[in-house]
Amino acid sequence: MSKKYWKSLDEHSGIPRKDYIGDFDYVNKNEIEDLLHEESLNTRSSRRDFLKLFGYSIAASALAAGCEQPIHKAIPYLFQPEEVVPGRAVYYATTCFDGDDYGSLVVKVRDGRPIKIEGNELVERGTSSRLQASVLNLYDTARQDFPAENGNRTGWQEADRKITAALDEASASGRKTVLLTGTVISPSTRRLISEFLEARPGAEWVRYDPVSFSAMLEAHRLLSGIRAIPRMHFDRADMIVGFGADFLGTWLNPVAFARQYADRRRVSEDNTRMARHIQFESILSVTGATADERYPVRPSAVREILEYLYQRLGGNEPASPPGTGAELDDIAAELLENAGRSLVVCGYNDIAAQALVAAINQLLGNYGTTLDLDRPVNFRQGNDEAMESLIEDMFRGDVAAIVIHNVNPVFDHPRGEDFGGGLAFVDLSVSLAGSADETSALCKFICPDSHYLESWGDAEPWGGFFSLQQPAIRKLGDTRQMQESLMAWSSGESNSGYHEYLRSYWRQEIYPASGSRETFEDFWNGSLQSGIVEIPGAGQGRPSFNLQALTGILQQSPAAGNPGDRLEMEVYQSIAIGSGRHANNPWLQELPDPVSKVCWDNYLAVSPSDAATLLLDTGDVVLLNDLVRLPVVVQPGQAPGTVSAAMGYGRLVSGMVASGVGTNVMPLAGICGGSTAYSFPLSSLAKTGEKHRLALTQSHHSMEGRPIVRETTLAEYRRNPSAGNEIRQEILEHMYTLYDPVRLDGLHWGMSIDLNACTGCSACVIACQAENNIPVIGREEVYRRRIMHWIRIDRYYSGDPDNPSVHFMPLPCQHCDHAPCESVCPVAATSQSDEGVNQMAYIRCVGTKYCINNCPYKVRRFNWFAYTKSDNFDFNMNSERGRLVLNPDVTVRERGIVEKCSFCIQRIQEAKITAKSENRVLREDEVIPACAQACPSKAIIFGNRADGNSRVSQLFAQKRNYHLLEELHTLPAVGYLTRVKNKKS
Amino acid sequence: MDTTSAGAPLIEGKMSYRQVTDTLSGTVERKPAKWWYAGMTLSTLAVLFGLWAMYTTVTVGLGTWGLNNSTAWGWDIINFVWWIGIGHAGTAFTIFLIVFRAKWAAAINRTAEAMTVFAVMCAGLFPLIHLGRLWLVFFIAPYPNTRGPLWVGYNSPLFWDVLAITTYLLLSVTLWYFGMIPDLATMRDRAKTKLSRTIYGFFSMGWIGSVRNWMRYEALTKILAGLAAPLVVSVHTIVSLNFAVSVIPGWHTTILPPYFFVGAIFSGFAMVLTIMILIRKAFPLTSFITMGHLNSISRVLIFGSMVIGLAYATELFIAWYSGVEYEMFTFFKSRATGRYATTFWIMVVCNAIIPQLLWFRKIRHSIGWLLAISIIINIGMWYERYVILISSLAQDFLPSSWVTFTPTIVDIGIYVGTFGIFFTGMLLFIRAIPMIAIFEVKDLAGEKREDHKPDEDKTEKT
Repeated sequence: MSKKYWKSLDEHSGIPRKDYIGDFDYVNKNEIEDLLHEESLNTRSSRRDFLKLFGYSIAASALAAGCEQPIHKAIPYLFQPEEVVPGRAVYYATTCFDGDDYGSLVVKVRDGRPIKIEGNELVERGTSSRLQASVLNLYDTARQDFPAENGNRTGWQEADRKITAALDEASASGRKTVLLTGTVISPSTRRLISEFLEARPGAEWVRYDPVSFSAMLEAHRLLSGIRAIPRMHFDRADMIVGFGADFLGTWLNPVAFARQYADRRRVSEDNTRMARHIQFESILSVTGATADERYPVRPSAVREILEYLYQRLGGNEPASPPGTGAELDDIAAELLENAGRSLVVCGYNDIAAQALVAAINQLLGNYGTTLDLDRPVNFRQGNDEAMESLIEDMFRGDVAAIVIHNVNPVFDHPRGEDFGGGLAFVDLSVSLAGSADETSALCKFICPDSHYLESWGDAEPWGGFFSLQQPAIRKLGDTRQMQESLMAWSSGESNSGYHEYLRSYWRQEIYPASGSRETFEDFWNGSLQSGIVEIPGAGQGRPSFNLQALTGILQQSPAAGNPGDRLEMEVYQSIAIGSGRHANNPWLQELPDPVSKVCWDNYLAVSPSDAATLLLDTGDVVLLNDLVRLPVVVQPGQAPGTVSAAMGYGRLVSGMVASGVGTNVMPLAGICGGSTAYSFPLSSLAKTGEKHRLALTQSHHSMEGRPIVRETTLAEYRRNPSAGNEIRQEILEHMYTLYDPVRLDGLHWGMSIDLNACTGCSACVIACQAENNIPVIGREEVYRRRIMHWIRIDRYYSGDPDNPSVHFMPLPCQHCDHAPCESVCPVAATSQSDEGVNQMAYIRCVGTKYCINNCPYKVRRFNWFAYTKSDNFDFNMNSERGRLVLNPDVTVRERGIVEKCSFCIQRIQEAKITAKSENRVLREDEVIPACAQACPSKAIIFGNRADGNSRVSQLFAQKRNYHLLEELHTLPAVGYLTRVKNKKS
Repeated sequence: MDTTSAGAPLIEGKMSYRQVTDTLSGTVERKPAKWWYAGMTLSTLAVLFGLWAMYTTVTVGLGTWGLNNSTAWGWDIINFVWWIGIGHAGTAFTIFLIVFRAKWAAAINRTAEAMTVFAVMCAGLFPLIHLGRLWLVFFIAPYPNTRGPLWVGYNSPLFWDVLAITTYLLLSVTLWYFGMIPDLATMRDRAKTKLSRTIYGFFSMGWIGSVRNWMRYEALTKILAGLAAPLVVSVHTIVSLNFAVSVIPGWHTTILPPYFFVGAIFSGFAMVLTIMILIRKAFPLTSFITMGHLNSISRVLIFGSMVIGLAYATELFIAWYSGVEYEMFTFFKSRATGRYATTFWIMVVCNAIIPQLLWFRKIRHSIGWLLAISIIINIGMWYERYVILISSLAQDFLPSSWVTFTPTIVDIGIYVGTFGIFFTGMLLFIRAIPMIAIFEVKDLAGEKREDHKPDEDKTEKT
């Protein structure tokens, strides 16, 4: 029983009547009466006190939680170097040539660190994905940082002494000293090499290219007497016919070609002139995907097609019409129509095919207009036959010393194993590899070359055009650029450094030829600043061709013959990895192939019809010629009867990134008629029953009939500029809003993407990655579909699976004026700026991911893990050196937050601040996002939509313009221009 | 005399107050049976699994889940909505009891409320754990700050959601707790050890059963129940707005609020049915939880099932009628016939078709059938959320980003963990607190003792 309480004596004296209902319940009548009059029910509440306490405690806990700040020390320069202003970028013009890719570049240097590569606008504004990624190679932890002898660190003096002695001995022995390099386009280096060869009796220079153009060089030698690759001008061609040449992606000089090609095909309401492009190929390349018409053919069938074309064009070789399905007669007629304004290119390293193509171009009068042999390109000078005999010589013991620079034949030569074996018979083997590779691993000495951003140099990519290379950073390791090594080993040379050598070469050769009236110092400084020098040369002559020689060539190289039921295999370069030279670059490894959307692997592309007969499915592992295991990708557009795989994968000696990625397919290739054959019949293909998980970034390939990529033909477009885009009118008619219309005043940024110009090359993807510190996540995470790229290239197929139409669509954040992502964020971490940019406040994001769900374009990315300083993501962001590439203007995102394209807001801000400090209006061309800047075909145009005269406003006014998913009324700031195909029918 | 809506008596047999008290507190006072220890072990293991999974999530990252760039919500939100749905029954019962004076709810009310509290706790876990940066969760609260001040995104349904769920959780905990006070006092008075007397004494807040106590108690529960009544509707409505307010096909539909509300009541009642049948099996409470109760719940389930079926049909119809190709794809190609057809049809069969069996009296009176159907309904309701979440996100506007969701061990761990939390909570609840409100039942028993006339049973039958 509980205590009884009483309030008055009356109450106390009264005896409460207990009325038990339960065990303790009772009713006290007096109590009820008391209750009815009770004042205490109205006691003052302490609501305010409660709120005060409540607020105080939350504020206190927030303070306590938020007070811990990391301490960073900023130490000023004791002596500030000239030109260096902390926080302000310095740009240097330089040149990159790694043996595969050439670029005249401008390097952005922040606080002494090169962090971004751009094209030199005096040459090509655009770049390729590989050039964009080359800055990361500088910071690769796998670089060879010191000279080594038999794998042990040594000093340069020690190495030089031993190497010079050994070279002297080799010269004395009467046996050969071989300098094996890739293509050298540096004129000063060429002279240096010739001096080296002179100084070393018995020395010879062998040039080797993993991607050989030997056949093209030979064909021109035999037909015109000039062993050269003509310079091609796609911007002068109205009719382009390609045979297996992926000239927009990987072939020869794709950056320049893509720009030229796009320029000749850019249509607007005022200009409906457009080049026509027909592509014959077995793999589905970006070039084939971009072509107006594409014919999948076996590589072995190309020769008869060319023979027939040659005959139709007036050549006097007998030929019968091949059964390719292509209207060859029509193509021949079109070529004739455009004689002198046409271009036929062939990517097969087959002398007969190359000779036929040269002859066809000669018949069409293209030499002198679209093709220039007077000022040929200097790329791809490798000689397959010389390489063959070098291997033989090594085995015979004829080679006493070999110095290998910038090539890795053990890995990428079809007889790589033989080459490696041959090295054992060489007394002195020196590798100049900048980072350890399969060849350097077998060499006695490694004398590492510096990265191009650490070195001086020059280049002559094609006749009469020179560009300079200057270092943008002090050497990171104890490396020495190749030229200085050669100078050290050329006996009797007074070694004043290559910089002096280069200057004196330019003083002697280039300066007089340039006709400059400045002093040499001014000329030199001016050239360094602009990066390039053009030497006015004689006009293009028409070379004399001896077409009679063609018959001999065709007879000497017998036709491949019908491979019968056997599959034909073609080895190609992928857009990202190329020859495999920079396979250790994580940005490139994670760049999805624009067509197959696979990254972190090479694979065997099999056509859908062959896959059906061979019972293969994507992911099945097959064994080729009992030698090479590869996973299968069923690739629409792959020519039936053929398979293909990319070279450059399967590096065995490389850094962490490339090891275990893919398989080397070069051992399958062979030598045919003196040149490396990249296509050959396969003797066996066996299913192993294993499965391999391929990292695909896109797994649905149809547009499901939705108007995503809109397309029309040139004929239609001429009749009706809205062709293919009719649905837009309908959408606009149904557009209503309850809100105030979006005001376009001051600055309102927009982006126009020309789907007709986009080739899918993916340079924008890597440029964005470099600019915006986008992490690499690795194969497993890509497989889980978490790739972080802020701009992606969507690829759709339509039509016949064996020869589909391919549609590329670059997709950055659309920066919607009515952005669905913004309204759903509970913490207001993403919002619209008054300049029309959909902004992301990383510091505010708590990671609900609602915005990701509600984005109809799915462009938002989530930091699923900590990608920086994490051993689970052991890529560039996990090492002190690798992090040097980070752009200090862009936040490195932490785990658990959402990120996405910002329209390169840091660039917008920088330009605005500059304009403001100079007290002037911002010019439109001052702001270029990284993707637009990198795009070689200028498909991406960025600008101010509020200015009616800006290029982007004018493009938005084109009838080809449309916005993706416009019917949702998201009002995107990105517009797309319909694709126009120059089709006959 | 009160009966269930089905007309069966609320208490079977004649009992004195003492008997009622003894029987109902007996479940707490007797030593637990073996199955209780087994259940506790299992659910503790499940909790440990869940704790490991949550620890992994918070320390390693959300990448340990099966989410990806397109489906950024997966099992987390499916389970969240599912648990919230289950958590609807308790408050609904309270409102039936207090606001609508449906006496039949008295026997079930407290257990249902306990279920609600634990289910809402499980549900509330997911929006927390699914945050990328859990440690900054206070950003979601609109509090005065030095950041500008920077306020929250009032437009975001997630913010409404946070308010709705915290309010609901607070109110349902309060209702549940205050509803227990008289019985806690009973337990205090019956306590045999000092410790339990102290604990029960503390939580009974000095209840002495005085008139003043009862007056305030009645006033308080009515106010709380009145407040809770709209919450039952609002919580799941607001949860549904997370989807309805978005642009994603399959989410962006105006039918979602009523559809979600009814779905929640439906799944909540099914869960109550499951638990009640289990409790009835485990304890000698058949005279309190009668076939009449089960029968009443079954009738609610039939109603819910029909509304749900109607909602499914309406969604399909509107998708077709609107002519929006994205919706057509989601509802007809993706859900009804495509990649998610299996899950879609599991959902339809479990929720709209199988519960129709309850039309049969035989099935309504078979404990086995009822148990099976109640479990099937909650499986179906889980699939419903799966279909809504995954099929919409995985195949939305641009086919280039279509990708499906596959759960990882961590996803599964957290889900299992919430089962652990739920059942641990329930098991502790039935050990610590009389699971049937003694004073409410005594109220009924009192009426029965005084007013019961045998023929009334027949006349009230409808």
